[in-house]
Amino acid sequence: MKDIKETFSSPINKNNPITVQMLGICSALAVTSKLEPSIVMGIALTAVVAFSNVILSLLRNTIPNRIRIIVQLVIVAALVTIVNEILKAYAYDVSKQLSVFVGLIITNCIVMGRLEAFALGNKPWPAFVDGVGNGLGYAIILVIVGFFRELLGSGSLFGFQIIPNKIYEWGYENNGLMILPPMAMIIIACIIWIQKSKQS
Amino acid sequence: MINTFVSSIFMENMLFSYFLGMCSFLAVSKNVKTATGLGLAVAFVLTCTVPINYLLENYVLKPGALSWLGQSFETIDLSFLSFIIFIAIIASFTQIIEMVVDKYFPSLNASLGIFLPLIAVNCAIMGGSLFMQQKEFPHVGVAISYGLGSGIGWLLAIVGMAAIREKLQYSDIPKPLKGLGIAFIITALMGFGFMSFSGIRI
Repeated sequence: MKDIKETFSSPINKNNPITVQMLGICSALAVTSKLEPSIVMGIALTAVVAFSNVILSLLRNTIPNRIRIIVQLVIVAALVTIVNEILKAYAYDVSKQLSVFVGLIITNCIVMGRLEAFALGNKPWPAFVDGVGNGLGYAIILVIVGFFRELLGSGSLFGFQIIPNKIYEWGYENNGLMILPPMAMIIIACIIWIQKSKQS
Repeated sequence: MINTFVSSIFMENMLFSYFLGMCSFLAVSKNVKTATGLGLAVAFVLTCTVPINYLLENYVLKPGALSWLGQSFETIDLSFLSFIIFIAIIASFTQIIEMVVDKYFPSLNASLGIFLPLIAVNCAIMGGSLFMQQKEFPHVGVAISYGLGSGIGWLLAIVGMAAIREKLQYSDIPKPLKGLGIAFIITALMGFGFMSFSGIRI
C-alpha cells in the first residue's frame, strides 16, 4: 500500500515529469496562455496516460519485444482519437483552441516514457496509479503557468475579469508579453528554480 | 509557396512559436556536432513525411476524398483515422530510412544512427503533419515547401542553441538555475529574437 502511495505522489512533486524528468514539454506550452485550455489539456493527458498504462500493462506478457514501440503508438493513437472526438462533441470551443495539440499527445514523451519505464513491468493497478500521478504532475505545472499568464497577461481567469477597473484607472496595464509563447518558458524556468533551491 | 517556406522557417518556427520537439531539443543540444546531426535528420524526415501525409489526407482520409474510387465511395469520411495513419506513416518511414542508411551509407549511420529511432516520437514531425492538415494547402508543392521550411527552422534553432550552451559552460549561473532552468530561459530569449521576424512578407 505504501508503494502505491509513493507511486502516486512522487511524480507530483519530487519526480515531476516536466520540471525534473524534462518530459512532455513539447506539446503543451503553447496552450497555456489561458487557464481553461490548460486544465482541459491536463485532464486529457492524464486520461490518456492512465488508460494507455492500464492497457499496455494488461498486454505486457503477450507483446513481442521487437514490435512494442509500434504497439504502444497504436494504443496511444487510438486513445487520443477517442479523447479528440469527445472534446469535439462536448467542448467544441476548447477543442478549437487546443487545435493540433490534442493530436500531439500521441508524441508526448510523458506517455511513451511511462509506458516504457513503468507499464511494461508492472501490474495494471499500479500502472494506473502511476499514470494518474504523472498526468497530475504535468497538469499542475500547466495550471500554474496558465494561471500566471492569464492573470498577468489578460487580467482575467477563466475569461472573467479579475483585476478591478479601478486599478486600470490608476495606470495599471496588462502585460502583453505574458501572452507571447516564450513567457511560458520563463515561468517554467522560475518554477524549476524555486523547486531546486527548495530541495538543495 | 515561397511565402510558406520563409514563414515556416522564421515566423512560425516549430520550436519557438509552438514548442514542438522540445524534449529532444533540450536533451541533444549540448554540443554543436550532434545537434547538427539530429537537426538534419529531423529536416529530412519532415520534408518527406509532410507531403506523404498530405497526399493521404487528400486522397484517402478527408470526407469525400475517396471519390476517385467511384461514386459509391463519395460519402465515406475517414478523417477520424488521421492520427493513427499519420503516426504509422512517420514510424514506418523512420524505420525505412534507418534501414536504407544502414545499408548504403554506413558512415552516415554511425553519426546519425542513434537519433533516427528517436525521431518517430519527435513532436515536431507529428506537429508538421497536423498543421498541414489544419492549414489545407492548395497543392502538394506547398506541402513540400512547408515541410522543408519547418525542418530548416528546427535545424537553425537547435544548432544555435547548442552553440550558446557550449559557451555557457564558462559562465557563472546561480546554482539551482543551472542545467535545465537556464536552458529554458535561453530558449525563451531566442524565441523573442525569432519573433522580430514576424510581419515580414514576401
